[in-house]
Amino acid sequence: MEKGTREYTLWSIGILIVLFFALMPILWIVSLSLKTPATITEGTTFWDRFIPQDITFENYESLFTGGISESPFIAPLINSILIAIIATSIAIVLAAFAAYAIARLNFPGKAMILAGALAIAMFPPISTVGPLFDMWRTLGLYDTYPGLIIPYLTFSLPLAIYTLVAFFREIPWDLEHAAQVDGATPYQAFRKVIIPLAAPGVFTAAILVFIFCWNDFLFAISLTSSDASRTVPAALAFFTGESQFTQPTGNIAAAAVIVTVPIIIFVLFFQRRIVAGLTAGAVKG
Amino acid sequence: MARGAIATTDRTRSERRLGWMLCAPAVGAMLLVTAYPIAYAIVLSLQELDLRFPEEGGFTGLSNYESVLTSELWWTDVFNTTLVTVVSVAFELALGMIIALVMHRAIFGRGVVRTSVLIPYGIITVVAAFSWFYAFNPDTGFINQLPFVADDKAWFGDRFSSLAVVIMAEVWKTTPFMALLLLAGLVTIDDGLNEAAKVDGASTWQRFWKITVPLMKPAILVALLFRTLDAFRIFDSIFIMTGGAQDTESVSILGYNQLIERLNLGLGSAVSVLIFFSVLIIAFIFVKGFGVRMAEGRPGS
Repeated sequence: MEKGTREYTLWSIGILIVLFFALMPILWIVSLSLKTPATITEGTTFWDRFIPQDITFENYESLFTGGISESPFIAPLINSILIAIIATSIAIVLAAFAAYAIARLNFPGKAMILAGALAIAMFPPISTVGPLFDMWRTLGLYDTYPGLIIPYLTFSLPLAIYTLVAFFREIPWDLEHAAQVDGATPYQAFRKVIIPLAAPGVFTAAILVFIFCWNDFLFAISLTSSDASRTVPAALAFFTGESQFTQPTGNIAAAAVIVTVPIIIFVLFFQRRIVAGLTAGAVKG
Repeated sequence: MARGAIATTDRTRSERRLGWMLCAPAVGAMLLVTAYPIAYAIVLSLQELDLRFPEEGGFTGLSNYESVLTSELWWTDVFNTTLVTVVSVAFELALGMIIALVMHRAIFGRGVVRTSVLIPYGIITVVAAFSWFYAFNPDTGFINQLPFVADDKAWFGDRFSSLAVVIMAEVWKTTPFMALLLLAGLVTIDDGLNEAAKVDGASTWQRFWKITVPLMKPAILVALLFRTLDAFRIFDSIFIMTGGAQDTESVSILGYNQLIERLNLGLGSAVSVLIFFSVLIIAFIFVKGFGVRMAEGRPGS
């Protein structure tokens, strides 16, 4: 009994520590975003600094003032959303075709494709930045949507293929076979039988790919130069204060909250799927 | 009988063709931005090519590599990158293992822990880097107001305190992924083994080292390999927190500065190619030295 109580206390303390450490940077950036520029450097105690004294929304308002042409944030936000959605859609379609073939069909070169995808997952992106910079300028892809979407496809496909292969291997094979016996072609069996069964796995892979594209910084600052295609992570690095003497701290924090909170809610809502997706096929059972 | 054999061959052939057709777009997209550019980077690295002076240049052999490998900056950056990689991966492994064990054997609160470890995974690295930067910055932050920390400690004014903050941010961001991978390995271990050892009088500590760790070795090594290679390309946090000041550059920052800031494609490509070979060497050491079976791996973060 005594031991049980002590164990419960230890668990509770451990869980609280994990929870606090995980949440702290989020709470902090929210707190910063609500501070007035005048109070951002004030406070002599931990709590005075961690908790905003006067709450204001002006950091959020100023991000959106001036419309799309003046605001430093609206265009990058639109770019981030569109680029991540387009890249995710294309990656999932390509990965689903490949994963279906790998999980279901017998053909030589299958193992090599999986090994190649694994090698690309280990590939250092910086090694492609120089050549892409040069090629994109020649091809007119520099500072365009496709200029970012193409590298995002490349580097998210391994993750998408592995996740989907793991999910597709769980799908009951007999149903597809039954459809083929009933006269369906392999393509029809794929479209009418496998896709509905595969939807949960596809959705999970899509979340992981979206987070990957949403998070990228290296390609975004290397292959863009203006609001035409610059995404939020890159734009944040170039935020400036309203005058030479004001720090953009509050605005950066507000922009950070706007691009973080929806993803957090999404991740928490679909946490079971994400955990399954991240660890699918990680260990051979 | 003969008809059956012919039909089977036809089926095999069409299955094979379909398999290749379905994989071709994905394979093409993956090669387009890796195989071709790395070959192109090797070509660029053998030339004197500075976009600010486009009329100069031409083939220069290995002189770009000589410039990089004899510069102090490259070796400083290799040291920083290696330090950040080794220390952060070591912490991630230890913390990830503790969290995985907690989640596996939780009396209660497993859901809370899983939820909270997923938060860092979902956050943009740049956003997390800004948050830590402002937290440690003496003007705006609260870290210096904690007990046992000097009020005026300038974390980003010194090389090793800057790198310590970078490492902490890295550990915060990627421990969850490590914990989830390790947990996936833990749940496959047969409980009977642990029970039997317990009956035989093995302590918790002994059971961990003699049963859990050996059985999880493949999962641990694969997770280590992926996290090592991922940490080796560290870029975002350093770019945001120090921009490479106080000798805190990583090799990726050096590559970026040469290629995009100074537009020196020749030198920058030499750096890129060297990073590529460093990654190959690390992977080779893991596969040959530690016997990582790549077939058990999977791409992650």
